[in-house]
Amino acid sequence: MTNVGIVLVSHSLELVKGLEELLNQIKQSVPIAIAGGTDENEIGTDVFKIKQAIQSVYSEKGVAVLFDLGSALINAELALEMLDDTKYIKIADAPLVEGAYAAVVQSGIGGTLVEVIGSAEETKNLQKIIR
Amino acid sequence: MAFTVDEAKLWLINLNKIYQQEKMYLSELDQAIGDGDHGINMARGFNELNKKLETAEYHTTADLFKDAGMVLLSKVGGASGPLYGTAFIKAGGALKDKEEVTKEELAAALFESLEGLKLRGKARLEDKTMLDVWIPAIEFLQNHPKVDWDEFKKLVKEKMEGTKKLEAKKGRASYLGIRSVGHIDPGAASSYLLFVELARVCEGVGL
Repeated sequence: MTNVGIVLVSHSLELVKGLEELLNQIKQSVPIAIAGGTDENEIGTDVFKIKQAIQSVYSEKGVAVLFDLGSALINAELALEMLDDTKYIKIADAPLVEGAYAAVVQSGIGGTLVEVIGSAEETKNLQKIIR
Repeated sequence: MAFTVDEAKLWLINLNKIYQQEKMYLSELDQAIGDGDHGINMARGFNELNKKLETAEYHTTADLFKDAGMVLLSKVGGASGPLYGTAFIKAGGALKDKEEVTKEELAAALFESLEGLKLRGKARLEDKTMLDVWIPAIEFLQNHPKVDWDEFKKLVKEKMEGTKKLEAKKGRASYLGIRSVGHIDPGAASSYLLFVELARVCEGVGL
């Protein structure tokens, strides 16, 4: 893979399914994987789902992981610990929707993992309404 | 007598019964300041664990704890899954292949659990989390060569109730800020139950 992979982690499977659909419009050759809900697709996150999602889009180009609420981070970090080589995997401190959008755009234009994470994290300061 | 794989198993089986009984109570605590599913999550996770314990054979406490941790990781759901899962996996790792666990070794293993919880949840004392029960509980176990389990139970109850006056700094409850004051933290409550059941089992074997 020549583009940074993007993993979307949410407490809700439907939420990341919808987000993936939204991103498919702009993704071109960006690999995207989702990990939503518990192992029974109830509200929550699942460490093994996250691990699998990361592996499915993994390359030396890197993987950027975005998550929704705090406890998803706990499982994302645990998933990283379970993987052997995490040099090319980074978790973004960013809002899920805007962050993922920016990450996909950056990855699509051939950005590095650091650039993709940077673009996602910049959206924290994004002013959505100019007042 | 000592703490062996049989005591470890008994602890978790008893704990499952308690979490089934207290399912509504824990969820009610969570409804006040969280997403309202802590009791359901704990009951589901420990029920799965109980099913596993009914059939699986373990030679050491370490094996049992590690396997229990793996079940809890994925079956509890919510933040509690990775937290309680980590606690048991870390304790298992510390006990290695010991067949009989002394009080010191148990305390040292639970200290590793605590370190795992801190790393995972990044909470501190008085953030209104499970750590407000775990930190004093482990300190007590490590500081008393001979543990008075009634004193221990009293301590963890006090610490659990003490979370009521705290403002949440971590987890979903932190979004509530000052409004989180006046409620017991659900994770502190489930941790309190965990330690009470541990105390009962330890008392039973004169640890």
